[in-house]
This record gives sequence, C-alpha cells and structure tokens, in this order.
Amino acid sequence: MAHTSVDASAQIDSHGGGHGHGDGEFAHPASLTMLFSVFFTLLALTILTVWQSTLDIGAAEIWVTMGIATVKAGLVILFFMHLLWDKPLNAIVFLSSIIFVALFLGFTLMDAQGYHSTIEIKDTLEASLPPAPADLPVVPSMPTT
Amino acid sequence: MSDITIPTSEHADDHSHDHPAWLAHHFDDAEQQFDSGKLGMWLFLVTEVLFFSGMFVAYALFRSLHPEVFVYASQFLNAKLGAINTGVLLFSSLTMAWAVRAAQLSQQKILVSMLAMTLSCAAMFLGVKAVEYTHKWDLGLLPAGMYITQGVAEPNHGNWLQILCIPAAVFAVIFAGWYLFALVGRNRFQLQIAGPLLVASLCFFAGVQLGVFLESGESHGDAHGSGHGATHGDHHEGAGDHAAHAIIVDHMVATSIPGQAFPSEVFVDPKRVGIDEPEINQRGRAGIFFGIYYMMTGIHAVHILGGMGVITWLIVKAARHEFHSKYFGPVDNVGLYWHLVDFIWIFLFPLLYLIR
Repeated sequence: MAHTSVDASAQIDSHGGGHGHGDGEFAHPASLTMLFSVFFTLLALTILTVWQSTLDIGAAEIWVTMGIATVKAGLVILFFMHLLWDKPLNAIVFLSSIIFVALFLGFTLMDAQGYHSTIEIKDTLEASLPPAPADLPVVPSMPTT
Repeated sequence: MSDITIPTSEHADDHSHDHPAWLAHHFDDAEQQFDSGKLGMWLFLVTEVLFFSGMFVAYALFRSLHPEVFVYASQFLNAKLGAINTGVLLFSSLTMAWAVRAAQLSQQKILVSMLAMTLSCAAMFLGVKAVEYTHKWDLGLLPAGMYITQGVAEPNHGNWLQILCIPAAVFAVIFAGWYLFALVGRNRFQLQIAGPLLVASLCFFAGVQLGVFLESGESHGDAHGSGHGATHGDHHEGAGDHAAHAIIVDHMVATSIPGQAFPSEVFVDPKRVGIDEPEINQRGRAGIFFGIYYMMTGIHAVHILGGMGVITWLIVKAARHEFHSKYFGPVDNVGLYWHLVDFIWIFLFPLLYLIR
C-alpha cells in the first residue's frame, strides 16, 4: 500500500527531471481562473470573427479571419492543451507538423498561381472559340496587305 | 497526495512485480509513463494535423482557382448554426480541460461530471450538424456529382433528419433503460456511467431542436438581417408558390445591378443567386465546394464521434476510480485529442461559413 508512493518518489529523485515538485508530483493542474479566462477570450474572438464577416473589407478578409482563427488556435494549444508548460520536445513535435502544413499549402498555392494565368488564357480562348465555326465562311475574305 | 494509494492497494497486492497496477512494468515511474504516453499522443496529433492538411490543401487550391464559387456557396451555410456550434465546441474544450484538472487533483466526482458535460456538448454539436446536413440534402446541396442546380427544381423535403435521429433515439432508450435498471439496483458504479450517457443522448435532441429553431427562425425572413445567417433562408417549406414569382422578380432586380450579386442590405434568396450565377451553380463548381464542405466537416464529425467513444471509455474508468494524481495520462491524452478536434473546427468555421 505504502510502497507505491515510496517507489514513485525514490525513482523521481533518481530521474532528476522533475518540475520542482520533488515529491514525485508531475501534474500541473490548470487553475480554473486561467481556464475560464481562456474560454471567454475564445468566445469573444468567435463573436469578433462573426462580426467582422459582416464588414466588407475585400481581399484582406481571408487574412483577418485566418489571423483571428490562428490566435484562437494558439490559445487552445498553449492553454487548453497545456503546451506552454509541456516538455519542449512535445512542442517541437507539434510545431513540426505546422511547418509541414505551411509547406503543403505554400507549395500548392505557389503551383496553382504558377499556371493560373495559363488557365485564364485557356478559358478565354475556349470562350471565344465556339462562335468561330459560324464565322468560318467569312474567313476567305482575308485582309490583304 | 496520500489518497493515491487507496485505489492502487487492492490491485498492487496480486501482482508479483513491485509496481502498482496502473504503472506498466516497463516504465521506471509514473512520470516516465505519463511523458511517454503524452509524446505518443502528440505524435498521433501530428498525423491528424497532416491528415486534415490534405483537405485544407484541396480547399486552398479550389478557392485560389475559383474564389467566386466560395462566395456563392457559403451563402447556403448558416453562420448562426456554425457560430453556435463553435461555442458548444469551445465549451466542451473548457469542460475537457477541467476534467484533466480534476483527474490531476483526484477529484473523482468533478471528473465524471466534466466528462459527462464534454460528451453532452459533443452530442449537441452533432445534433446541430444533423440539422445543417439534412437541410442541405433537402435543397440538393450535395457533393459534385449529386449536386442539384439551385433554383431549378423545388426543394425535395425528405425525412433525413428523422432518420438521423433514429440511432440517437435508440441510444437514448437503451441508456434510459440502463439508468432505471441501475437506479432500481442501487448500483452507483453503473449510475455514474448510464447517467452521462443518457444525458448525452438527450443532448443530441437538444442540439436538433436548437438547430431547427435557428434554421426555421430565419425562413420567416428578416429582410434586413446582416451577415450570412440571414442570407440563408427563404427556401424552407411554404415558400413554394410565392417562390416561383419571387424568383422571376428577384432575377430582374438582380440583373439590373450587374457586378453586385450580393447587395448586403437586401435579403438574398439563394434561389435568386442560383439563377444569377449559372457558371457557378453547377456540379463542377458549387458541387465541388460542397464536396469539400462535406469531406472536411464530415471527417471532423467522425472525429467527434470517435472522441465520444473514448470519452465514454474515460467515464467508465473514472467511475472505477482509476484516475488519480499519478495516473491521469488517459484523461490528459484524450483531452489533447479533443482540443485538437476543437482546433480544427476553429479553422473550419471561418473558412466555410464566414466567406463574403
């Protein structure tokens, strides 16, 4: 019965990587004040993003909405998921996935933009082509220079 | 924490090794076990993020090529329902984080009730989602090949919502029976499990009610409503005969202001929009948007379902008093998963519902 806590504390000491608790406690209970303030901040940001969607801010919209969403996501990750107090390795692991997502999105969009103009030319060509057959008989009267 | 030895005592004695039942023998101590599990969970979350990123790439690609399709199609999404669901999911994240705290502090009763609230919020989210989905199925807003051009045919009202409610109703009946059985038998352990499950299955219907209320509240046409929510809805039942005339009139109004398909101060009937935009209102354009929409929100909903499964598992373990300040890894890890599902939704909501 008692041996569990004895074991745990003895091994924590040899482990040495504690968080300053010393007695084998490695839990970091989040304070309720912190949890609730994060929750209400998230709600406020949700209301903000819904409200800003009623404004007409043109092309900047996607950046504003994504900015708010990123702040919200950051709050969830740092506080709800406790990454702020977590082992640095876990943070590195998770951030690496974000880097790869950025690479995926970045390269895809770069690629799409790379031939976007080509697609537009093709689209305008195709749009102008169908009427062409009707105009074919006119072709013989080519302007002579 | 002296109370942590209590749950381990009876298990520890029947083991030949010198470790408590909750500590796997290949770990040095509770902290190492916790850290290993947590690193594994983060690695799993990385695969989840990468998995979802594929869909976000599809979204970004299609949106960069056809931004007008997203402006058009998001008119059919009800931002009010999306916002309500965001709030529900954020609240469930709060209760989940509180559940982790309760597990770390060995507060068993708070742990069970917080897990129950998280589960209930998840069910409510799915209830609202069921209303959203079935409403779109009625309108023929379906993925690419099944997309029905808007404004051409009258909405085909199926009874999809009732069909989606059947499994929840079956669960509610089973859990209610179980709860009564446990109540009669005065089985506190079973009551702690059946109670949350019953409440959660009823919360699905609360979500359905909420969704129906918000969806139908709009069909009465707040003509000057702001935001996309108000642009969503004269296409509910009863709009039938008037709609046909309205379409023609609206069409004339709309074509008279070229280049301004969605005047913000005028109520926008999606049907009119449908006639306005024949280039977009077709399978290869709006249909693909709805393909992306169903894929992203559908996979997200599957994750909600999966989360409900593991939260139920946690409730069973919590009812058995398995968690305490040295063994709360499963609660923490399921919490991480649950927050990730919330994290994904935080991006999905503005990307799908709030396009202007």
